[in-house]
Amino acid sequence: MRRGHINAGWGFVGPALAAIGAFFIVPVAASLLLSFTDFDVYAVARPDRLRFVGAGNYARLLGEPRFWTALGNTAYFVFVGGPLSVAVSLGAALLLEAKLVRWRGFFRTVFFLPVVTTLVAVAVVWRYLYHPRHGLLNLLLGVVGVHPIDWLGDPRWAMPAIILLAVWKNFGFNMVIFIAGLQSIPERLYEAARMDGASAWQQFRRVTLPMLAPTFVFVAVVTMIGYFQLFAEPYVMTQGGPANRTLSVVLLMYEEGFRWWNMGYGAAVAFVLFAIILGLTAVQLGLRRLQPGTEPIR
Amino acid sequence: MRRTVQWVALHAVLALGAALTVLPLLWMLAASVMPTGEASGVPPRLVPSAVTLEHYRALFARLHLTRAFLNSAGLAAAVTLVSLLFNSMAGYGFAKFRFAGRDRLFRLLLGALVIPAQVAMLPLFLMLRALGVINTYWGVVIPGLASVFGIFLVRQYALAIPDSLLDAARVDGAGEFRIYRSLVLFLCAPVLVTLAVFTFMGTWNDFMWPLIVLADDRLYTLPVALANLAGEHVQDTELMMAGAVLTVLPVVLLFVFLQRYYVAGIMSGGVKE
Amino acid sequence: MSLSRPAPALLLLALAPALVAAPGCRLDRDDAGAVRFWAMGREGEEVQQLLPEFERRHPGVHVRVQAIPWSAAHEKLLTAHVGGAMPDVFQAGNTWLPELVALGALEPLDERLARWSSLDRGDYFPGILDTNVIDGVTYAVPWYVDTRVLFYRTDVLAEAGYAEPPRTWTAWEDAMTRVKERAGPDRYAILLPLREWQPPVILALQRGASLLREGDRYGNFESPPVRAAFDFYLDLFQRSLAPRAGDTALANLYQDFARGYFSLYISGPWNIGEFGRRLPATLANRWTTAPLPAPGDAYPGVSLAGGASLAVSSASGRKDAAWKLVEFLSEPAQQVRFYRLTGDLPARKAAWADENLPRKPHAHAFWIQLQSVQSTPKIPEWERIAAKISQYSEAAIRGDLTIDQALAGLDRDVDNVLEKRRWLMRGAGR
Repeated sequence: MRRGHINAGWGFVGPALAAIGAFFIVPVAASLLLSFTDFDVYAVARPDRLRFVGAGNYARLLGEPRFWTALGNTAYFVFVGGPLSVAVSLGAALLLEAKLVRWRGFFRTVFFLPVVTTLVAVAVVWRYLYHPRHGLLNLLLGVVGVHPIDWLGDPRWAMPAIILLAVWKNFGFNMVIFIAGLQSIPERLYEAARMDGASAWQQFRRVTLPMLAPTFVFVAVVTMIGYFQLFAEPYVMTQGGPANRTLSVVLLMYEEGFRWWNMGYGAAVAFVLFAIILGLTAVQLGLRRLQPGTEPIR
Repeated sequence: MRRTVQWVALHAVLALGAALTVLPLLWMLAASVMPTGEASGVPPRLVPSAVTLEHYRALFARLHLTRAFLNSAGLAAAVTLVSLLFNSMAGYGFAKFRFAGRDRLFRLLLGALVIPAQVAMLPLFLMLRALGVINTYWGVVIPGLASVFGIFLVRQYALAIPDSLLDAARVDGAGEFRIYRSLVLFLCAPVLVTLAVFTFMGTWNDFMWPLIVLADDRLYTLPVALANLAGEHVQDTELMMAGAVLTVLPVVLLFVFLQRYYVAGIMSGGVKE
Repeated sequence: MSLSRPAPALLLLALAPALVAAPGCRLDRDDAGAVRFWAMGREGEEVQQLLPEFERRHPGVHVRVQAIPWSAAHEKLLTAHVGGAMPDVFQAGNTWLPELVALGALEPLDERLARWSSLDRGDYFPGILDTNVIDGVTYAVPWYVDTRVLFYRTDVLAEAGYAEPPRTWTAWEDAMTRVKERAGPDRYAILLPLREWQPPVILALQRGASLLREGDRYGNFESPPVRAAFDFYLDLFQRSLAPRAGDTALANLYQDFARGYFSLYISGPWNIGEFGRRLPATLANRWTTAPLPAPGDAYPGVSLAGGASLAVSSASGRKDAAWKLVEFLSEPAQQVRFYRLTGDLPARKAAWADENLPRKPHAHAFWIQLQSVQSTPKIPEWERIAAKISQYSEAAIRGDLTIDQALAGLDRDVDNVLEKRRWLMRGAGR
């Protein structure tokens, strides 16, 4: 290989690396430093009012009930909303890939439509749909005899309401990934299963699910990472209420950082979130590697 | 017979799902043309008693949403173009050049996907303040210059470009940038369209960062303007719905026309060899 | 290949103007020299009608108003300050001023005030003016006053046996009980939005509480007066006199008041205008305002010395023009016009007199109430403390915490918030 060739490689990747380095990696590193200080409104005005507090922010964070509330809410959203969303996606993908289906493209487009909509706009729309007395949702539920629910005002229902919106908004995305996964399963496996006399359910259990496993891991990891970053839905619909039931970790970070300008403390919140996501991603990918015969996702 | 029953049942389920999926969007559309007050009547209604465009007129004439619309379109276009350049260069570079540490660097980049963007936000704000670009369009464009996802997408596609083609061009005496510009971009066109659609929609829909960086209402993007409007006009349901339609419609139309590129992008991101 | 070659080039060409025009065009360029003025909520929309007169008088000055929703205004101001994007002149809630002063965001105004010949400081309500003075320096000028009074349905209270508004807590509670009895299970007597910190704080101040102690260095929420006020407040929810209604219920505030979902409401002067505008015509003579009841006989009970002020940004390059706008908006004649547009009550007594406000039906209660108002602690941390108060009182109302847990938690959190203040005060030897 010519030397000029080698340099050209750097020339091509350089600009993007520089941009990502300067505007993402450097801030992430700076954020770590920031999280060991008490940078706040006082320090913005006068740098001499900045203190190095070591792990103080982290210690305070872990001792703060509000943080645990936010973490609990986020976990609720991730571990209830996430699987629900994945299940709906898989269901929709299986339906659409059924051999009998007509107008497949039309249904796929419709199911996918919410994915491309602007979250802020649909959150505004859903806020009206959820209104206890004037909302369409309670009207529909009333038809099947369900009493009106104060979706966003009742502490028990606020997070389910956010989850419902998120599932509606997101299921199309994973649906498309599952469709791709289903299409990549060789037809001969189903034929072989049928020759063994397997029922539809057994085919699903023995062929579809195992063959979808890599897709599952990918979908699970991506969905989990995305759902941990819950922010715009509660910001627009509930501001974290009622009674902090929809306060998410990112919303807490936003409040501390950009509402109160406690940047040191806010950075600590962001890093704890990062550590949790990193840990859980590692666990999910690790579990995958323990199973023989499947390739890990890159 | 059994097949017919299955067919009907399957399509009934699909139709019901489709109806539930579009219902919120349909209601948004219907409410946006209802006379004032009708959308929050009891019981709620789905069909307007009369169609009016007064709310759209109010948005454009009184609440200056035209400007927000142009901001959104301009910013999304700018970020798309610039990031397309950066990402396609880098994707091609990672796919087709050998240099020390390339593979490790690429793995590191992919690893960075796990870091939530929010982690960088606080110092990024202070950095952009030092650059003097808070409350300018640059403040929105700069963090979007390049993306790991974009680089990854282009690289996967560019791997398939035959080396012989590139070498032939080199033999003809074409410079590396020239080859990139006139050959590689051309060969990668499908994935670039995919990436463009992705980036455009992502930027159009982005909320948190523009909310933080843009202080002046004449710079607001549509989502920020809409959230701003919601703060003061939450009582005016029909007006808010008109604003939501205005925000959502362009991306929905874009998707409907370019969906095969968009869907192709998700599939190639999701399913690995 | 699906794209023919010229297509990307064409696309680039088509988008080029957007690219060139987009970055770099700082706003000042389109209307150089404009004074940027941020005002909140409806005020931001209505104040524009006063400006042609101002621009006629000051031909060289152009003002550009930006309306910011109240719910985002505080964080928006702080973010703008940190990002170096402050407007030249802005409206601010007077409880935010200490924080903005700590940030160095405000221009001291005493010199300019001294040169302002037509101004008599005594023309401002003293309790309100005082909120604009921090450590002896005046940083802002009151624009309109905002204290909380009782809005209520005269017809509903009369049917419940109260032709006159209640003057003591006991009478107030009795009136609410009777309204609730007549209203039935699905309707309530009073609306106290759960996320508002003002009602419980007002009740505490009425009991003579000091919310912080030792030079505003520690929380004082477990003290007996605060505790008594919270007991009274929480009791209203436990007895279903008030709905456990969050923000979402406010989406239909006026319809709900009209149809008797609630009949009493503690709110501020802006709602004089909103009630007048948004309530159906049949209700026009069936509501009014009254000063707040007192825990004892000292009617009226105190309320908050709230209000919005006009401040000049310390970073502004057009301070003189900005100050001219402040002077203009402070003129009694403009205050009257602004009152007519918004219903916001003028900060200057001269304007009250011009409009005969002290004797107008809905404004009268505010006139009385303004004679007994009290301000919240003047410390930079107040907004955060206020947010904590609303969080903990909401948790107690919802039954997530007992009253003791809520007040103890509040003290602990507030002590945390004030830690830096204690450190700074130690450093300053205070």
